Amino acid sequence: MSWIILKIIFISVIFGLSLFIAMYSTYAERKIAAFLQDRLGPNRAGPFGLLQPLADGVKLFFKEEFIPMKADRWLFLMGPGFFMITALMTSAVIPFGPDIIVDGKPFSLQATDINVGLLYIFGVVSLGVYGILIGGWASNNKFSLLGAIRAASQNISYELAMGLSIIALVMMSSSLSLKDIVDQQAGWHWNVFYQPLGFLIFLVCAFAETNRAPFDLPECETELVGGYHTEFSSMKLGFYLFAEYINMFISSAVLATLFFGGYHFPGISSMEPGILKTALSVGVMFGKIFFFIFFFMWVRWTLPRFRYDQLMNLGWRILIPLAVINILITGAVILYKMGL
Amino acid sequence: MIDKIFYALSIATILCACMVVISKHPIRSILFLVATFFLISAHYVLLNAQFLALVNIVVYAGAIMVLFLFVVMFLNLNKEVEPYKGFLPWLAALVGGGSFFLIVISALQKSNLLQNENANHSIGLVENLGNVLYKEYLLPMEISSVLFLIAMAGVVLLSRKEKIVNE
Repeated sequence: MSWIILKIIFISVIFGLSLFIAMYSTYAERKIAAFLQDRLGPNRAGPFGLLQPLADGVKLFFKEEFIPMKADRWLFLMGPGFFMITALMTSAVIPFGPDIIVDGKPFSLQATDINVGLLYIFGVVSLGVYGILIGGWASNNKFSLLGAIRAASQNISYELAMGLSIIALVMMSSSLSLKDIVDQQAGWHWNVFYQPLGFLIFLVCAFAETNRAPFDLPECETELVGGYHTEFSSMKLGFYLFAEYINMFISSAVLATLFFGGYHFPGISSMEPGILKTALSVGVMFGKIFFFIFFFMWVRWTLPRFRYDQLMNLGWRILIPLAVINILITGAVILYKMGL
Repeated sequence: MIDKIFYALSIATILCACMVVISKHPIRSILFLVATFFLISAHYVLLNAQFLALVNIVVYAGAIMVLFLFVVMFLNLNKEVEPYKGFLPWLAALVGGGSFFLIVISALQKSNLLQNENANHSIGLVENLGNVLYKEYLLPMEISSVLFLIAMAGVVLLSRKEKIVNE
């Protein structure tokens, strides 16, 4: 019974942490943007503007709730909720640290270790587009619809390349469980050194799947007003914006887990198992995650937005062939090592 | 316990599947179909076939239904332009559907639904499935995967812009 209570506590902590990190990602984004553009950024609310996310949240809650007259009421309300749920679902299979011993029994810092964890992530990511599609269509606005349709075609196109880049990784690890994949990378055997091309493809696809710049065409404000969330106001808009940051957090966690050794760090094997080792491992994991979140923001404020045909060309004509070549190379190397 | 979950899931699945047909709104029909796929995946999980459950979600709910939704959103769904369907198609649908229902019921009555006691309960796990596919059925598996690859390459080829020659 205590195991279930521990699990519930752990899942609540991860849930709260996702929301907290997403909240402060908005602050970090504005500070980093300010730094890159030689400005100060938010600095009025609290010391260094640290209370700015709270102020924004309160503001969004108290804004006027508006539903367009000809909108499909139910679907309009469902859209943001669905987007938020799919954003929060992925963290269930990510291992945040090594097992800890509670009452003499091992307790894993992972909500669930299913043997098809990688596929689970892939499945939830592919569902993320429903929130955008439903919300965009239900607003009964041409700009929203265009944004939604862009999101759908972009997601489908980049899912293919993403899946193919994962296949090469699975061929090496011969397991779909994220726990196994992380443990195989102990001691500098990070997958990024063995799969540099696969990592690059996965990274580009992660940007496209989270609708981040330079692939933020679904909400491209220079062409589509606000894209799929043009008609949304108040906390419904807040959900869309917030879920994007949660997606970014989860994508960073997946990138760190798959390619950068997860919670492993050099010298982890020589340490005694204990509270220090666990704390260090979890710290290292979050350090890697924060680096990738920073990377997402860094790219956003550095690169200009792609044009739509360039986006499709990159996905179909460059990334997919590259991913297939990557699979062939990986297969050849594995066969060579086995001594064909 | 498992029995109760099974019955609850089955009732939900059938209700959702019925709503796909009954719902007058195409977008809602599609969303009910997505819900049906989810519930079918839940059935797979009950049968200890997690791999199949997730592949079902990735392929059907994640890709094919997004394409369906994508196409339906492009349609002009006005009430006024909906063509008037007469009495005859309605009658034909009733007779066709009714006779299909009759066949299914009679087939179910004749079949013996015995439980297979020696069933292998771990066949749906990814390791076992992989072993079966890559050892016993290697050739059909490889041929079908090559077919899929050709289809994908075909899409890339078709999307290439043809150079228009002005004469």
